[in-house]
Amino acid sequence: MMTASSPAVPRTAPAMRPMKRIAAYGQEFILLGAIVALFVVVSFVNPRFLGANNISNIFAGNAYIAVAAIGMSLVIISGHIDVAVGSLIGVLATISGTLAVNGYPIWLAWLVPVLVGIVVNAGVGALIAYLRIPSIVVTLGMLSILKGGLISVTAGAWITNLPADYLIAQFRLFGIPSPVWFMVILTALVAFWMRYSGFGRTIYAIGGNVEAARVAGIQVERSTVIVFAIHGAFAGIAAVLFATQLQVIQSTVPPNLELTVITASVVGGVSILGGTGTVIGSTLAAILFAAIASSLIFLNVSAYWLRSVQGLLILITVLADMARRRRLR
Amino acid sequence: MTATLRSLLRHETILAILLVLVLAALATQSDRFFTTANLLNQGRLMAEVGLVALVMTFVIVTGGIDLSVGSILGLTAILLGVFWHNLGLPLPVAMVLAIVAAGIGGLINGLIITRFKVPPLIATLATLALYRGLAEGISQARSVRGYPEWFFVLGQGEVLGVPTQLWILGALVVIAAVVLGLTTFGRATYATGANETGARFSGIGVDRTKLLIYTASGLVAGLAGVIFVSRVSTTRSDMGTGLELDVITAVVLGGTSIFGGRGTIIGTVLGLILMQALKNGLALSGVKGDGTIVVIGLVLILAIVASNLFSREGDG
Repeated sequence: MMTASSPAVPRTAPAMRPMKRIAAYGQEFILLGAIVALFVVVSFVNPRFLGANNISNIFAGNAYIAVAAIGMSLVIISGHIDVAVGSLIGVLATISGTLAVNGYPIWLAWLVPVLVGIVVNAGVGALIAYLRIPSIVVTLGMLSILKGGLISVTAGAWITNLPADYLIAQFRLFGIPSPVWFMVILTALVAFWMRYSGFGRTIYAIGGNVEAARVAGIQVERSTVIVFAIHGAFAGIAAVLFATQLQVIQSTVPPNLELTVITASVVGGVSILGGTGTVIGSTLAAILFAAIASSLIFLNVSAYWLRSVQGLLILITVLADMARRRRLR
Repeated sequence: MTATLRSLLRHETILAILLVLVLAALATQSDRFFTTANLLNQGRLMAEVGLVALVMTFVIVTGGIDLSVGSILGLTAILLGVFWHNLGLPLPVAMVLAIVAAGIGGLINGLIITRFKVPPLIATLATLALYRGLAEGISQARSVRGYPEWFFVLGQGEVLGVPTQLWILGALVVIAAVVLGLTTFGRATYATGANETGARFSGIGVDRTKLLIYTASGLVAGLAGVIFVSRVSTTRSDMGTGLELDVITAVVLGGTSIFGGRGTIIGTVLGLILMQALKNGLALSGVKGDGTIVVIGLVLILAIVASNLFSREGDG
């Protein structure tokens, strides 16, 4: 569906071909190398880059983006896209905070956003799968519905006086902030599940070649709805981590969040043509992007250049992906 | 071919009837709606979206999409300010250069799509970030004001009692309708969207067609950017944010198939007017801007659901 123009290159599921497997893991090594190189260079120029506060900010402060990128990766691997995820996270964070300050049990404030995320995105998935509407159109519409709806309802009022035991993103386990645990454990679980479960293979198969998947007996429509529902659950977890980071919630859509999440997935090696990629790559890419954003400050570069860096990163990765596909053909 | 033509006309007839109903409803709801001043002002407000929507019709007919138009608009506005204010160029030269830069932005989209075979969706999503980022980086959140009086004729002035930009929009509507409906280039556009491989084998310059269309998309986004600056008397790097939503909604509402191969300029114009009437009606009944974008989002999804069900009926 994302390839409205004809796919000039044959598409195959990755784990089945050794060449592709190497190519897929290559992306993760490149990202890891880029992260290490960035840390070395920037800390050489400005040693304060390695301060405990900044390290914590890069990893814990951006873990919610990595968590959202896990769901986004599944969506892109299955051959779709979601440009509404930033707005959805904004709405779910506001729902979570509103429950928390109005005396509802804390666990409800954590659980409800996840459930709402599942329901909303299952609906989006159903529109895409059963009515055959391109995902870009549905999610572009959802983006404005969620964003406009949120501002209409809250008028951007801040939610304050959040109870201390609600602020899950500020909890620590063995001295490590909880968002980092969420990021690492969820990434590992989903990476394992995508590789070894039947449904994981189904997602690759749908994104790789939807007609072949159908012929092979995969229920494409139902699977697409499930992928979007899972994506909604991860958006819910990301929203709770985002909402509990500070002492207040802004009740607006975090600017540019959907692009940052998509960047993490695409730069992480999830092919925009669907069918390949891993969530380990997307998590590494989320960390890399957070480190780049932080290093701009430490290198005295204006933060206003950040978005061009983001655009360039997507472009370079996508062009490299197309070149690699041509070589593998 | 005639069957397709008939189904297209049917969509436009339905749209025209719908438009008359909406206008009648608005007229009875508010006595401020059917005043010449209000209608001309609405025309002024829809010109920028309209200009971009005309070329977006070509883009979507080829089966593509251009998400970067809002960012190109913002970048053009910033470049106009930089060329004129910071580099001291005469304003007319700055205007031309800014629009040329917008065309280059569109050309880059086209090259990424045709040379590297990147799907238009992801190519223009990347340049959406890139061009907006350049606008933000170049401007460093500084706005440029103090344009000379004559410059405001474009966005705030009138020619023969009609807003200047409506004349420009009208002229481009005629040109776009003729090019898409009556020329070989228009036929190549439809053929590319209906069956790209078939079009290639028929000797149609598919890549050249796309390259021209994406470049034109950048150019009109740039023209819309200059008009935008003239209308609001200032440049800011966030101008045109979310423009793609309005533009794509107008085109899809106008009956252009998101899968390519079908669509007309008349349909887009009707879709554009319907959307502007809806916005105006909501504003007159006291709905704020954020409520309006909720409605536009809903309209986009409903329009495409309706057109999908409709076209399946036609096929089956």
